[in-house]
Amino acid sequence: MNLTMLMYLIPSLIMFACGVYGFITRKNLIAILISLELMLNSVDLNFVIFNRFLFPGQMEGMFFTLFAIGIAAAETALAIAIVINIFRSIKNIDVRKITKMKF
Amino acid sequence: MDCTLPILILAIPITMFLILGLLGMKMSHKLAGILGILGMGTAMVLSYTVAFDYFFSGNELFVSAGDRLQYTVFDVTWLQFSERLVVNLGFLLDPISAMMLVVITTISFFVHLYSWGYMEGEKGFQRFYAFLSLFSFSMLGLVVATNIFQMYIFWELVGVSSYLLIGFYYKLPSAVSASKKAFIVTRFADLGMLIGILVLSYYMPTFNFIELTAPGQPEAVLASTGGATFLGGSVLTWALVLIFTGGMGKSAMLPLHIWLPDAMEGPTPVSALIHAATMVVAGVYLVARMFPLYLMEYQALDFIVGIGAITALYAAMVACAQVDIKRVLAFSTISQIAFMMVSLGVARPEIHEGLGYMSSMFHLFTHAMFKALLFLGAGAIIHAVHSNDYTSMGGLRKYMPITHITFLIGCLAIAGIYPFAGFFSKDEMLSAMYGYSTFWGVWMTFVAGLTAFYMFRLYYLIFWWEENPHYKHHKPHDAPWQMSLPLIILAVVSCVAGFIPFGELVTWNREPYHIHIEWLKIAIPSLCVAIFAILLATVMYAKKNSLPDKAAAIWPGLWTAAHRRFYWDEIYMFITHKIIFNVICQSIAWFDRHIIDGTMDAFAKVTQRTSYVIRGFQSGSIQTYVWWYIVGAVALATITCWAIL
Repeated sequence: MNLTMLMYLIPSLIMFACGVYGFITRKNLIAILISLELMLNSVDLNFVIFNRFLFPGQMEGMFFTLFAIGIAAAETALAIAIVINIFRSIKNIDVRKITKMKF
Repeated sequence: MDCTLPILILAIPITMFLILGLLGMKMSHKLAGILGILGMGTAMVLSYTVAFDYFFSGNELFVSAGDRLQYTVFDVTWLQFSERLVVNLGFLLDPISAMMLVVITTISFFVHLYSWGYMEGEKGFQRFYAFLSLFSFSMLGLVVATNIFQMYIFWELVGVSSYLLIGFYYKLPSAVSASKKAFIVTRFADLGMLIGILVLSYYMPTFNFIELTAPGQPEAVLASTGGATFLGGSVLTWALVLIFTGGMGKSAMLPLHIWLPDAMEGPTPVSALIHAATMVVAGVYLVARMFPLYLMEYQALDFIVGIGAITALYAAMVACAQVDIKRVLAFSTISQIAFMMVSLGVARPEIHEGLGYMSSMFHLFTHAMFKALLFLGAGAIIHAVHSNDYTSMGGLRKYMPITHITFLIGCLAIAGIYPFAGFFSKDEMLSAMYGYSTFWGVWMTFVAGLTAFYMFRLYYLIFWWEENPHYKHHKPHDAPWQMSLPLIILAVVSCVAGFIPFGELVTWNREPYHIHIEWLKIAIPSLCVAIFAILLATVMYAKKNSLPDKAAAIWPGLWTAAHRRFYWDEIYMFITHKIIFNVICQSIAWFDRHIIDGTMDAFAKVTQRTSYVIRGFQSGSIQTYVWWYIVGAVALATITCWAIL
């Protein structure tokens, strides 16, 4: 069976949509962070797919993906640190409760 | 001519104003008073020097072949708006300005000296002297103005200083309302004057008085109007009448006279200086200054005669029925200024060589002296009995001999009895009026008789009549020397001022004019009228009797009307409160509140309502933003796809 580009892209799109849905609907900060990662990974996947199918002789998409994964790891660490600090100060990680600095 | 002295005449009073105004509160009363008096005394000596130089030095700058010349001491550009519209400030020396320098500084100096006694111990003593200096500066600047704009500037400045001094006792509501009344009424009049100046400036090549009144120039102005008319009067007539409106306001001519009687709320020395001797004659001075232009339009002069004659009679009648002695003097001032106005109005070179102009200026001079004397005398009386009403006076001659004699001299002078000052000037004025028309001559002779009557009514009610029982508890006495000295000197001046050969000094075309008293035709009849009026007053008021009540009972309506000043104040109240406030102002206020404010409010309300509706969008919740972002992105994508396909 010969795999076409579209067959790779559709799961990526589903992943992205799940991420968007999760980002909008979830109230838990950790869950939102996971949704964010999901979206990021789907985009990474797209990079790899386009590189593999459209420009097979080149490696830019691959490398870009590696960079994105590295930066996403750092960003996640930062976000987790913020979430932990929020939890320490208000004992909660529900986004609806984080209104302390709201006017 | 060196211009140091003239500059100093103006600079000293304004410096005094600044010193006393800024540092006065740190000075003792005595120091402030002495500073003010010394400053004004210096200005007076300098003015005398300048005036003497002008009239008698025979310098070819001032006189040529017997004619006096107008001389500009200095004239500097102050504001230049355009090539033609230039406002200069300068110092013009000519017969009337030199004469006014003498009058203003003399009266001002004596008022400064007098106030030292009169205002002693008053709160704001230094402020009083500061304002007096400001007034003196403004008035001097007015009379030496070289152009119409400088005159207008100083015209407003004297208005301000008059306002400040009327409202000197600012804790008295009556003084506050009187000062506001004076300011507002004269401002309305000045609006007319400004319009007149602007109309005139359209046709004039220059604003300088010398160039404007030079021979041939008034004719050129008249020609440049091109015979344009408005409501039956030529443009020049309208401009001159409008300028005269400013003079009507300042000089308290009917119907703008209402502020002057109320201005008596100010301290009495102020009334003597501003509201009797100097500022109120500014209107006369204005007309005299622009006289060659007025000669172009006899209609304007006739208007002045009419207004003046009616005012003179009106004020004289009202003065006969007033209780407050300062009010009597105020109405007497209005009447005498109206006399000067009529005299100016009847001055026609072809009838009697402009006699009216000379006599008007002569009367301005003598009137300043004896009216200041009368006011200062009234001040001494008020100072002694602590009341303005003659009902709390009577029989004062034994207690206040100096005041009594000087006041009597003042009364004789204003009544026009030989050889006091008023006789000479009034005789010349009446002679000019008879020369113009017998009707106005007889009219004004009657007013002169009334003058004698009400002045002696006042004199007898203060000094004779019946001794007030109140004196037993509080014995009145003559004023201290600071107050008595000015009285005595002014009384001496009132006795001898008539013998000044005024016609040689001040005439409309600045050629000497020899005064000759027409004894048979004018002087003796007017003297008889005055003496008859004095005798009548003697019969009615010398001793307490019921004659005045009986006389009042003949025409009770007339007496009440005169007592209430012929209801002018009520008429003004009716017009302002009932008509202007209720009808015009309220409708304007409604328009303002509902239409103008309403429009603005509607804008604000629409904005506010909209913001209430849409502010929910800014929830601060990023998830919501993302939701809207996605909806928007999808919508945009859909639209784009739809558009492409």
